[in-house]
Amino acid sequence: MAVALILLLVAIGSVLFHLYSPWWWTPIATNWSYIDQTINITFWITGFVFTAVVAFMAYCVFRFHHREGRQADYNPENKKLEWWLSIGTGIGVAAMLAPGLVVWHQFVTVPADATEIEVMGQQWQWSFRLPGKDGRLGTSDVGNISPDNPMGLNRSDPHGQDDVVIENGDLHLPTGKPVKVLLRSVDVLHDFYVPEFRAKMDMVPGMVTYFWIRPIRTGTFDVLCAELCGAAHYQMRAKVIIEEESDYHAWLDQQKTFAELSGPKAVVRATYQSGGK
Amino acid sequence: MVDVPYDGITGIPPAEVPEVELYHPKSWWTQYVFSQDAKVIAIQYSLTASAIGLVALVLSWLMRLQLGFPGTFSFIDANQYLQFITMHGMIMVIYLLTALFLGGFGNYLIPLMVGARDMVFPYVNMLSYWVYLLAVLVLASTFFVPGGPTGAGWTLYPPQAILSGTPGQEWGIVLMLSSLILFIIGFTMGGLNYVVTVLQARTRGMTLMRLPLTVWGIFTATVMALLAFPALFVGSVMLLLDRLLGTSFFMPSLVEMGQLSKYGGGSPLLFQHLFWFFGHPEVYIVALPAFGIVSDLISTHARKNIFGYRMMVWAIVAIGALSFVVWAHHMYVSGMYPYFGFFFATTTLIIAIPTAIKVYNWVLTLWRGNIHLTIPMLFALGFIVTFVNGGLTGLFLGNVVVDVPLSDTMFVVAHFHMVMGVAPIMVVLGAIYHWYPKVTGRMLNNVLGQFHFWVTFLGAYLIFFPMHYLGLLGVPRRYFELGEAAFIPPSAHSLNQFITVVALTVGFAQMVFLFNLAWSLFEGEPSGGNPWRATTLEWQTPETPPGHGNWGKELPVVYRWAYDYSVPGAAEDFIPQNQPPTTGAIQGAAP
Repeated sequence: MAVALILLLVAIGSVLFHLYSPWWWTPIATNWSYIDQTINITFWITGFVFTAVVAFMAYCVFRFHHREGRQADYNPENKKLEWWLSIGTGIGVAAMLAPGLVVWHQFVTVPADATEIEVMGQQWQWSFRLPGKDGRLGTSDVGNISPDNPMGLNRSDPHGQDDVVIENGDLHLPTGKPVKVLLRSVDVLHDFYVPEFRAKMDMVPGMVTYFWIRPIRTGTFDVLCAELCGAAHYQMRAKVIIEEESDYHAWLDQQKTFAELSGPKAVVRATYQSGGK
Repeated sequence: MVDVPYDGITGIPPAEVPEVELYHPKSWWTQYVFSQDAKVIAIQYSLTASAIGLVALVLSWLMRLQLGFPGTFSFIDANQYLQFITMHGMIMVIYLLTALFLGGFGNYLIPLMVGARDMVFPYVNMLSYWVYLLAVLVLASTFFVPGGPTGAGWTLYPPQAILSGTPGQEWGIVLMLSSLILFIIGFTMGGLNYVVTVLQARTRGMTLMRLPLTVWGIFTATVMALLAFPALFVGSVMLLLDRLLGTSFFMPSLVEMGQLSKYGGGSPLLFQHLFWFFGHPEVYIVALPAFGIVSDLISTHARKNIFGYRMMVWAIVAIGALSFVVWAHHMYVSGMYPYFGFFFATTTLIIAIPTAIKVYNWVLTLWRGNIHLTIPMLFALGFIVTFVNGGLTGLFLGNVVVDVPLSDTMFVVAHFHMVMGVAPIMVVLGAIYHWYPKVTGRMLNNVLGQFHFWVTFLGAYLIFFPMHYLGLLGVPRRYFELGEAAFIPPSAHSLNQFITVVALTVGFAQMVFLFNLAWSLFEGEPSGGNPWRATTLEWQTPETPPGHGNWGKELPVVYRWAYDYSVPGAAEDFIPQNQPPTTGAIQGAAP
């Protein structure tokens, strides 16, 4: 029976493709392996259901296709069977939902010791800001944006003076330390997307959104924009470099603070010295 | 039939209608163009939707050419690519699928299946089509205005949709929003008609629990659309005001091209909530008619009653109701209040249960059936495979934390194409093969149909199944070019080329289908009135194609449910709904 065979091959082919496909998720670089595990659970359950339904259908086509003299059963309903199937489905759904919600709870619960950093999106580039010696980011407003203040920092906020501002460069992060990534946009929606992080979140003008990660390995990763942001959406790129803490501080020492970048107009001049007094 | 007197006591239309009570077209124009006959309006809707759908199909070829062979086609630039994806998505979802299922199948099948002579408000029904046509023309005109159509993505998210960094910001977005507003006005006129006709114009004996599932699907989808489209209407009006008058419903204070804009105080997220309050029910507005129709296709061609009819009806109603409380699962990474995730993930996964019941009942209908592998049945089988596949990947995206890495990747593109593109289109095609004989009196060619089915089904599966894995890898959607990215291996580009080649092949198969439609109109084998030996009323009309008023002098009277197939002891393997019970004979269950 050609139709039954093809249906069966669709099911088997899909499973084999899944097992042998060269396209699989990128090696993870953060603590979110729980997300990968939840995806795996979901693949097992849904894969089983898909194969079972299609195989059952193939069997029906094979066994009950029209032949001369064949008569179908008359069988309007079977309450017991319908209830058992519903309950079984409910259990399967709960087995996916429960771990999903547990991991989501972790996702939205930022550790108290996470360092806040900021990523700002604008058409079509990324800017980054790291807190200075005081460990706090200064306030900002889209109204403050000017050629020598591209991130719109508030000049009268003392917390902002020592913030490290990286415009159009790459972001460095130390491995092993939790980071709360604050996300901001000055024009349209963007989305700070690093596939190896698993976590991502849209950036919305007028709001500050966030996610948190703890990098677990060093490496250089591509940053893409995952929310359509206009003509050059596909070209909005940067890199994140995750490195050992000593390398990170060596890099940080060479970066300019907001006060330094602001030049003579700055009211307060502060420099950032990592681990300094 | 304007002033048909109703039986004041039972609320049931009279069985006999005096000749003068029916509305009669007086000229060629009112018979074929400005017609008030639901069957003509249905064909007008279907042809218009198919025509604009063909445009969207061609757009998909263009974007696949770009994705498969970036840099090869100099006539596609980044702006056009965005315009293609936007117009493709919007046309397919709204102007093709919604219009075809409700305006096309709804208009043709509702009056016939419930045993009515026409829709209850024929004049408004006619207006509905003409407003829809205007909406389509306004939409199509954006290809010819300065700046071209909008490239904001079919979701039209502000602020991007109305700012200058997006193609079509001058005219395209204004006309797109205007066209949507027109579409909703036109749809509302038709939708009210479908609902009132189902509720008020059913013939004697046609209780709600004897309705074919096709009618249940279309009816529930229409009720949902009447509740969901107003959210899109409001969103479109506000966005239009933001664009034209400089209001700030959705616009916070922001920088446009390096300058501080005049906007301030609005909320981009508000638009997303309005859009998806419409957008998620919209998925089921397309899916429920497909669910209903495919149930009838499977039952008829497997010569077996649909399994668990009552459960099927309640599942349709439950899905319709639940689909209004899941919309924000499209917004898990939008930056909305994160604790919404718990609620929306739970409601979303609960929907899987009534949906799964429907799938079980379809395949259990096949069990111990007498399966005729006709073209409509093949498409129904294709529907089940693609729908189960696409439905199951919905469990990934609905489960909030799993959605985080997968959102905005090709996984999402693959998922929604499988579940609300390929699967409903399978049903549309199966339904056309099924009802074409009723509409034209001729069968579609079977050999061309076999070719069409296999290329479309296997091709579509080969396009969208592997695409999930590109998304799993992390390939983002809505990208003109992937460019340099360390995590994308060269093999991903090969897969993109493969998908493009298959997509063009599937596109070619649709041309064969169009040829079949045209050729069979003149050369097809005459079908007679009930070629599939089906039970439902539309197959029992005195004329084929059904004449004006559908039923001749007397309306049919319904004695049984729509699924009396292979009743033990019956002379034939089907008993039409309007066949009276004969004394002494064994009869099927008639809820």
